[in-house]
Amino acid sequence: MATETLADGVVQGGAAVGSCLGLDGSAIGMPQLCTDWMPNQIFWLLIALIAIYFFLSRIGLPRIGAVLAERQGTITNDLAAAEEMKLQAVAAERAYVEALERARADANKIAAETRADIQKDLDVALAKADAEISAKTTESEARIAEIRAGAMDAVTQVAKDTAKELVAALGGSPDARAVTAAVSARLKG
Amino acid sequence: MELAAAAALGKYIGAGIAAIGAGIAAVGVGNVAANYLAGALRNPSAAASQTATLFIGLAFAEALGIFAFLVALLLMFAA
Amino acid sequence: MAEETGLVFHPMDQFIVKPLFGDGPVMWYTPTNATLWMLLAVVCVVALFVLGTRGRAVIPTRLQSVAEVFYGFIYKMVEDVTGHDGVKYFPWIMTLFLFIFFSNMLALIPTAFAPTSHIAVTAVLGFGVFIAVTVIGFVKNGASFLGMFWMKEAPLFLRPIIAVIEVISYFVRPVSHSIRLAGNITAGHAVVKVFAAFAGIALIAPVSILAITAIYALEVLVAVIQAYVFTILTCVYLKDALHPAH
Repeated sequence: MATETLADGVVQGGAAVGSCLGLDGSAIGMPQLCTDWMPNQIFWLLIALIAIYFFLSRIGLPRIGAVLAERQGTITNDLAAAEEMKLQAVAAERAYVEALERARADANKIAAETRADIQKDLDVALAKADAEISAKTTESEARIAEIRAGAMDAVTQVAKDTAKELVAALGGSPDARAVTAAVSARLKG
Repeated sequence: MELAAAAALGKYIGAGIAAIGAGIAAVGVGNVAANYLAGALRNPSAAASQTATLFIGLAFAEALGIFAFLVALLLMFAA
Repeated sequence: MAEETGLVFHPMDQFIVKPLFGDGPVMWYTPTNATLWMLLAVVCVVALFVLGTRGRAVIPTRLQSVAEVFYGFIYKMVEDVTGHDGVKYFPWIMTLFLFIFFSNMLALIPTAFAPTSHIAVTAVLGFGVFIAVTVIGFVKNGASFLGMFWMKEAPLFLRPIIAVIEVISYFVRPVSHSIRLAGNITAGHAVVKVFAAFAGIALIAPVSILAITAIYALEVLVAVIQAYVFTILTCVYLKDALHPAH
């Protein structure tokens, strides 16, 4: 600062300096207390303040206030919309769950009906099959009994004949009735 | 000449004594900040609402130090 | 100080008001360095609050969000301190804050001039606030504004004494209000200059430069805090005028 002001100190040594600047251009005392400069500062300060106030109150602050209000409005609206969408989503979910349960109930009912139908058919078929089987069994048993009876007769006959033949072959005179009686007695025992 | 020298000497001594006030104001500012901090640590939830009061207190404490500094400056440069 | 040799201290020279053009006398209308730096503060305000917000964007640009931070900060301060009826003085308080803030900040540019270091400037601000607040107090409350000085809680025999003290402290307000700002800024800049003068000695120059750096950081803080303090004290005084009972 000192070197800078030294150069024009000579010029400032004239009428321009007043009581606040020394011959070398540096301050005498505190420049803040130099009354020569105060009107100038006050004048320009008032200009600056009025300019700032004008720009702020006419342009800057209303604009920012509007932007902040708009942002607040947008946020509020968005939140409301989000809330509404959330409610919709909840409703949709509830409807979905309801539909799902209804479908499940329907499915259960259909399954039960079908099962009952099938059971009925099955029962009928089983009964028929059982009847057929028992009829077949009876018939088969009859046949078996018949065959067994036939077989028993044949065996008896064969035994009597064989006994007679054996007696004849051994040289006896076969008494037909005695042989038959003996064979029968043996067969019974 | 003797008188002028004594006046200059007194000026500088006075400025030095006035500057002590700046140091004492520093104690005051530290006191404000320390008590604020102590209170804030006791009750942190209330601390945020009192920062404005803190700064006002700091400003008042500091202003007196600035006055002392100003007296020193006036003695140095304006007396 | 001309008789000094060796170290040259001229810490106050930075506050000299000089004409911008030529070397004529500083008349009240002369454009000076004070004019320049005050108008630069105006330019900053306009850049921030007029150009920065010209998009009116709901999603703000960088400059606009800075302006919104300032707006929100001061608006909240006014609303918190003075209450709802103080909000209509918000543009004035914003004007004060922005002028002081940008003057302080711009003054921290090296070789800059600090308008707020001049008592003439801060006295206009401080006494302007004082007069405005007093007028508002009397217009809003009439004679009951004087009740502010008459403490009803105090014992009767103490009330006159307290009233005298209150009146004195009321009239000291603009003085301390303006000297606080000017003193802080002057002190900071003068201290930086003193340390800068010490940098002339090679041996202690590094220490001095480090000290300047530290002081500079402190000065940035002081610039912001003093703007804040000036504004919040304005709000407090305004609250006293609007609600003198408290």
